[in-house]
Amino acid sequence: MVDHTHQDIDAATGTPTTGHEWDGIKELNTPLPRWWLWLFYACIVWAFGYWVLYPAIPLPGGHTKGMLNWASRDAVQKDVDNLKAIRAPFVGKIEQASLQQISADPKLAEFARAYGRSAFGNNCAACHGSGGQGNAGYPNLAGDRWLWGGSLDQIAATITHGVRAGDAEGHDPTASAGMPAWSQMGLNTQQIDQVADYVESLIKPTNADVSAGQKIFTENCVACHGEDAKGNLDLGAPNLMSKSKWLYGSDRATVVQTIANGRAGQMPAWGAKLDQATIKSLTIYVHSLGGGQ
Amino acid sequence: MIVVSLVGAVGALYIASKAYTAPYAFHMIVFALAGFGGAFATIKRYKNRPAVIPQEINGKPNYNYGPIKFTSIAAVFWGIAGFLVGLIIALELAFPDLSMGLPWLNFGRLRPLHTSAVIFAFGGNVLLATSFYVVQRTCRARLAGEIAPWFVVLGYNLFIVIAGTGYLLGITQSKEYAEPEWYSDLWLAIVWVAYLLVFLVTLWKRKEPHIYVANWFTLAFIITIAMLHIGNNASIPVSIFSPKSYIVWSGVQDAMFQWWYGHNAVGFYLTAAFLAIMYYFVPKRAERPVYSYRLSIIHFWALIFMYIWAGPHHLHYTALPDWTQTLGMTFSIMLWMPSWGGMINGLMTLSGAWDKLRTDPVLRMLVVSIAFYGMSTFEGPLMSIKVVNSLSHYTDWTIGHVHSGALGWVGFVSFGALYCLIPWVFNRKLYSLKLVNWHFWVATIGIVLYITAMWVSGILQGLMWRAYTANGFLEYSFIETVEAMFPFYVIRAAGGGLFLIGALIMAFNFYKTIASPELASAPEAALAPAE
Repeated sequence: MVDHTHQDIDAATGTPTTGHEWDGIKELNTPLPRWWLWLFYACIVWAFGYWVLYPAIPLPGGHTKGMLNWASRDAVQKDVDNLKAIRAPFVGKIEQASLQQISADPKLAEFARAYGRSAFGNNCAACHGSGGQGNAGYPNLAGDRWLWGGSLDQIAATITHGVRAGDAEGHDPTASAGMPAWSQMGLNTQQIDQVADYVESLIKPTNADVSAGQKIFTENCVACHGEDAKGNLDLGAPNLMSKSKWLYGSDRATVVQTIANGRAGQMPAWGAKLDQATIKSLTIYVHSLGGGQ
Repeated sequence: MIVVSLVGAVGALYIASKAYTAPYAFHMIVFALAGFGGAFATIKRYKNRPAVIPQEINGKPNYNYGPIKFTSIAAVFWGIAGFLVGLIIALELAFPDLSMGLPWLNFGRLRPLHTSAVIFAFGGNVLLATSFYVVQRTCRARLAGEIAPWFVVLGYNLFIVIAGTGYLLGITQSKEYAEPEWYSDLWLAIVWVAYLLVFLVTLWKRKEPHIYVANWFTLAFIITIAMLHIGNNASIPVSIFSPKSYIVWSGVQDAMFQWWYGHNAVGFYLTAAFLAIMYYFVPKRAERPVYSYRLSIIHFWALIFMYIWAGPHHLHYTALPDWTQTLGMTFSIMLWMPSWGGMINGLMTLSGAWDKLRTDPVLRMLVVSIAFYGMSTFEGPLMSIKVVNSLSHYTDWTIGHVHSGALGWVGFVSFGALYCLIPWVFNRKLYSLKLVNWHFWVATIGIVLYITAMWVSGILQGLMWRAYTANGFLEYSFIETVEAMFPFYVIRAAGGGLFLIGALIMAFNFYKTIASPELASAPEAALAPAE
């Protein structure tokens, strides 16, 4: 290619060109930079070495395992086993002890809270928030307003069986304790408005006449929410006298929506998914968030 | 051609009338309008055609600049649109309520709009413009065909419109960087084959004995993208009246196909094709010969041979078999030097002309793009090493790495090429070098803010995810790691904002350049027919 008899030498570098030109562009015939070439060779040698040491070549019925006999599944298993070994002494004690015993032993309780915090972040935070502060439709676990009770045993039962999760031993195997849709149960729009007026008056005192709504409330709502509207933990019926934020919101539109269409929020039954030590630790952690009873 | 357009248009209208969903009907109507428009334009052109379009005028090739003018303007337009959407989603990550609950502004729909707009709309139009220019100039031959190049550039931009509006309306096959559904994919395949033919026939017509290196890279890019596009998008539509289709690959095979595609879209689209730009515009602008012909041969073949195997490094520590992960990682390491061969050839072309960096901000942009190329092609092999990947994978480090390549390399080499190309094809003097200088500095600061923010947040994120307490429990819940990213997301958005401002300065500069009545030189196209 290079015309050696009439070599075209680039003045600035003293390097010959290849003798071709495209739209005014020439190419120098500079040799490959040595450092570049040696690094390239080194990378190739390294790759061959890696192929000898690690799984590399596909073969019928499998692949070469490599001299180190390394496998990613083994590596994961090793890490998991390591963690289990670190946790083992305390996890064993948590499995043996009752919730009350764990709670009474400061060192064990501290471990359980750390365990619970980690498990909470992975399983519960998506709905209940990273600090258990809750969200619209998802109860606040850091306060003292409990739908199904805030004692250690009640919290453990809620975690294990869930809420309206179809667990036969749960709070509510038939889901009937959900808030019914009163628009389907004989209340018309006007009546729903009236009862909403009354319910709102419980937390926002008013001079308006809410007796019509009170009458409807007494006839329909006290069975679950109670004569005093303070709710019933056995049925998960919320306390309507509480001024702190209501689960689904306390603005007019939400209250009307709740009464007209009902509510039946769900929580999964974690008993089938998490082991006993995890559930106990979660219970201790949630109990410690501020509202434990 | 006319008959095919009309039949296609009527067919599209028929499908629109029976479409299962409104967005699909809308797309079919767009296709129909494009078909009628194409037929109309072809008839008009046929009626007004000159007796014969000369291949040469006065012994000089009669270059066809029309499609190049169109794509270079389209590149600026799509670039700004894509950067803007990028800025919006960067802000949405920092302030999630920005989408205002509107489905069309949801992050999930805007994110592919951003990536496709910058890669395929901005990058694609830059590549069409530069490859059509470079192949003509370095072959001393007029672009093959008269209607075909227009079909390629208009057809490609029709694909962009269909893909982009589809994302906003919720049409996606959910494959990263390959989100358009089957009918857009089919259309792109047709356009792409036409692109290949125009390019090949132009090469065939060349008056130069040898094919210039830039054209090797472009040809490798066109052929490989055709193969990747068809392989990764192999799918079966539910019905011709439905936009939905199912990919024929499943499970880990699908994942492997996806990243074979995804990685080589980076390798052949965002690397090889833009190296073609570098190989023409850097020596041209520096007025220096290419540093080493031998290096260009070796690194070209090494690059295209090695790149195609590196895809599995996107699937480290997954269900992909260990041997396949090894393959991806080792080829990525071997790819380091072939990638750097391009950097050396680009940078060393400046030897004897380094002083021009002080006076020519366009050349500075091109050279800094090569520096970013070198940096991200070092970072890439580094991140492909499994122990590094176990920290970097799924974190913002990846986003930072991609953007040092995207903003620094692809963005800057494209801006540099456009600053050369637009004055050349419009035969105007560039309005202001001072504004180019502003663009350069504003965008450079933007890139530095962007990538440093993502490095810090990515490494922080990776370390938080793997942090264990002494008791053997994860130190942080996921949401705590998200909260920790907030300041970096704000800095990233600021960097993206600066990059967008730079592009707006560029657009203004081009507007003033093209609007100027003064021609840069005696019109060499005076005798040329309408383009």
